[in-house]
Amino acid sequence: MPVSERNGTKVWQRRTGRESLFHWVLWLIGVAVFAYCWQQISNATTWFFVWDAPRIAGDIWTRATPPKWEYITQLGKPIWDTLNIATLGTIISLVLAVPVAFLAARNTTPSRFIIRPLALLIIVSTRSINSLIWALLLIAIIGPGVFAGVVAIAIRSVGFCAKLLYEAIEEIDETQVEAITATGASRWQVMAYGIVPQIMPAFAGIAVFRWDINIRESTVLGLVGAGGIGLQLSASLNVLAWPQVALILLVILAAVVISEWVSAKVRGAII
Amino acid sequence: MLRLEKLVKTYKTGDQALKAVDLEIPEGQVLALIGPSGAGKSTLIRCINRLVEPTSGNVYLAGTELTGLSSGALRKERRRMGMIFQEYALVERLTVMENVLSGRLGYVGFWRSFTRRYPQSDVDEAFRLLDRVGLLAMADKRADELSGGQRQRVGICRALIQNPALLLVDEPTASLDPKTSRQIMRLVCELCQERGLAAIINIHDVALAQMFVQRVIGLRFGAVEFDGPPEALTPDVLTTIYGEEDWEATIAKVEDEEEIEVAE
Repeated sequence: MPVSERNGTKVWQRRTGRESLFHWVLWLIGVAVFAYCWQQISNATTWFFVWDAPRIAGDIWTRATPPKWEYITQLGKPIWDTLNIATLGTIISLVLAVPVAFLAARNTTPSRFIIRPLALLIIVSTRSINSLIWALLLIAIIGPGVFAGVVAIAIRSVGFCAKLLYEAIEEIDETQVEAITATGASRWQVMAYGIVPQIMPAFAGIAVFRWDINIRESTVLGLVGAGGIGLQLSASLNVLAWPQVALILLVILAAVVISEWVSAKVRGAII
Repeated sequence: MLRLEKLVKTYKTGDQALKAVDLEIPEGQVLALIGPSGAGKSTLIRCINRLVEPTSGNVYLAGTELTGLSSGALRKERRRMGMIFQEYALVERLTVMENVLSGRLGYVGFWRSFTRRYPQSDVDEAFRLLDRVGLLAMADKRADELSGGQRQRVGICRALIQNPALLLVDEPTASLDPKTSRQIMRLVCELCQERGLAAIINIHDVALAQMFVQRVIGLRFGAVEFDGPPEALTPDVLTTIYGEEDWEATIAKVEDEEEIEVAE
């Protein structure tokens, strides 16, 4: 009862006395849990290494600067591979994600009790495994190289793209679908005229967004041997060639910034 | 031309939207369906082209029974029934021309429609219709660039290019201003007359209905409560359809027609 009467005037408060007490108790418990966890973590930490960290970081910084600029000649091919892994992987995943999304969306699925759960299972299972782990698996299956990277990125992205896409399909304006159905259009025509135009902006947005993410993910795939610039990165790290590492990180940064810029442009143009 | 026999629709929730509605509409008659919200007006016209499946009863369109048709045969019959919607229901991201041509989907195969290669005769007809409703210049605009009245005209073209025998019109003016409402109603009724189409028009605005139609059906709780000419809509009749209210102002008979004519 937030409204109470005091001296004949009606007073309105957000919470009653009991509710605000409850809130204070909750905050108290929260603070206590935080303090306890902090203590536990602190006990499990070797503080010597932490206090030492700035010195080590400074040391690496002096070793890594200036970057070894000549090394750039050897990075052209790997960064191109990385871009290709991301782009091809995204395209393949989109091709796979579109049918999965249509099967998973409540308003387009052919059967709610058999096919929809299957489609959702595909979405969950591909999403839940990181692309590095997919890459490890695929390298074991199809051998190291760029192709394993492409497939890893593609599989990892299917669930993500299909999930966002099927949510977009479920949010369409049904009256447009109704209107197209009323003209005597077939099932596929209703899809092409009533649904596809409505989800195009979402589709373009998802595609570019995922491509953007995949550029970043594909830079690390080389660490496990799936091609791209990560291969150079792990090789340089292994021999402690810090100036090379610095240059690789700069190249990755440039690639990500450029992809970010491209995706912003594309999204702006389509939506 | 169109005959409904004991049409019943009971929704899964148990709401009975239509209680054994019988209705017969002769060739070329324009009919207004009035009634309070929830009376079953939308359900009635959607049961005719089976956007809503009727629970029981029969619908005959020019002798063909619709409620028992397979989906393929139903699609063929839907081509004979043009539908016009309250919120226009245009595909917003397609152009005006694509929206009009989508009325031909029932006649054109999938690939032709997907690649937008409609027969020249369809394109000619689309231009003719757009010209008739005064939107020829807008053919290449996207549907979401148009005003409400213009969109509804596109909706009308889409319904007419189907070459229908019957128009199902669901609250065509509910989202429009009073002047545009009259223009749209006039346009629909003129086009029905030109082409000899029958039409069922769901409408909230009783005065507007009286101005344009030949026959009025009053629906209340899913049953036909009134069936007669617009002049017979007395305050008493409106009270039986909608409930108690002061109706004198609603059925103002003398509308200043000339003023509207000039405004157009």
